[in-house]
Amino acid sequence: MIATPGYVLRLADLSLVLGQRLGEWIGHAPAIEEDLGLANTALDLIGQARLLLAYAGEIEGRGRSEDDLAFLREQGEFLNPVLAEQPNGDFGQTIVRQVLIDAFQLQLYERLAASSDARLAAIAAKSVKETRYHYRYSSGWLVRLGDGTPESRARVQSALEKFWPLTVELFAEDDLDRAMAQAGVAPRLDEVRAAWDLCIDGLLAEATLTRPADRSYSWFGKRGQHSEHLGYMLAEMQHLQRVHPGARW
Amino acid sequence: MAPAMVATRIEAAWEALASVEDPEIPALSIVDLGIVRSVAVQSDGALDIGLTPTYSGCPATEVIRASVDTALAAAGLAPFRLHTVLAPAWSSEWISAEGRRKLAAYGIVPPQRNSERPPACPRCASIETDCISEFGSTPCKALHRCRDCLEPFERFKCI
Repeated sequence: MIATPGYVLRLADLSLVLGQRLGEWIGHAPAIEEDLGLANTALDLIGQARLLLAYAGEIEGRGRSEDDLAFLREQGEFLNPVLAEQPNGDFGQTIVRQVLIDAFQLQLYERLAASSDARLAAIAAKSVKETRYHYRYSSGWLVRLGDGTPESRARVQSALEKFWPLTVELFAEDDLDRAMAQAGVAPRLDEVRAAWDLCIDGLLAEATLTRPADRSYSWFGKRGQHSEHLGYMLAEMQHLQRVHPGARW
Repeated sequence: MAPAMVATRIEAAWEALASVEDPEIPALSIVDLGIVRSVAVQSDGALDIGLTPTYSGCPATEVIRASVDTALAAAGLAPFRLHTVLAPAWSSEWISAEGRRKLAAYGIVPPQRNSERPPACPRCASIETDCISEFGSTPCKALHRCRDCLEPFERFKCI
């Protein structure tokens, strides 16, 4: 059994959109080491997105390339969770957004490596090695900022409050998630959630941060319903292909 | 094709591939790095080369494919085909013993299995070293500093 193009696009768009956001830090990070760290993570994410987009294009069978899928889809056709498209804010907000997603991708890819879809399993097995490294970086910073000065602590706690409701979507199963899990293509999301909770709770304790209360949340990037921020990001990301359709290097 | 000819062709291909430098670390060939997964001769006589990407986002991947094309053509080995191998995924374990030796001689600390232990400084061999950044000048390297000779140095990331 292989994945549907829509399921692969969800995975691809999470990496692509988060990678593009991290790329915005290049030349603006607080120190050269962080500039390198964020840029290298962005490169890995965009590399993962390329493998996934190319695969989605193949199984869709309409001749769309990875570039067509990245640069020529409209906002409503992007299927990333809304958390990934949130603006960078300060360094603390970027780190909180990153660690929440790194922990999610880590748990998801570890399980997708056993997918019945051999190609997806291969991409996941490759990506998880990189994701472990990303998580080491983002979790290290969360602990330093959380257990740091009153200012750094206040900033990351407030970022956590701001982004927490958006994590609901990561684990909210819909028909597509259930179909993929039944076919052995994807893990059950409640299983991913349990592993993510364990990982995040341990990390928050180490960072002396407080886990926010869960809140209800009812709009979903993975169904193409996005926050206002994605459109602006895509306007920049897709600018060249929109202005000069078909342009090549 | 006669088996002896097939063997010669495969040997010539490995030799040509061993001359392709990694664009980021020219001290190493793509064979040392474990990027070349397979060389075979197909039933139609064409060479089939399996290449694996290192880091998903490594910008050198496309340059490497182009260099492989050039090297095989220059060695008169056409026709050939390149295909991408994703599984098993590349990791720093794929770097050969020869590759590790070349990395060390080039001044980059090779990847270690036990990456919790601080690496020894490639200049003065001191183990009094700190990690400055988990990420370095290329996707495959981290940045360290020696507290004894005070020089910075790079280490191949262990993934």
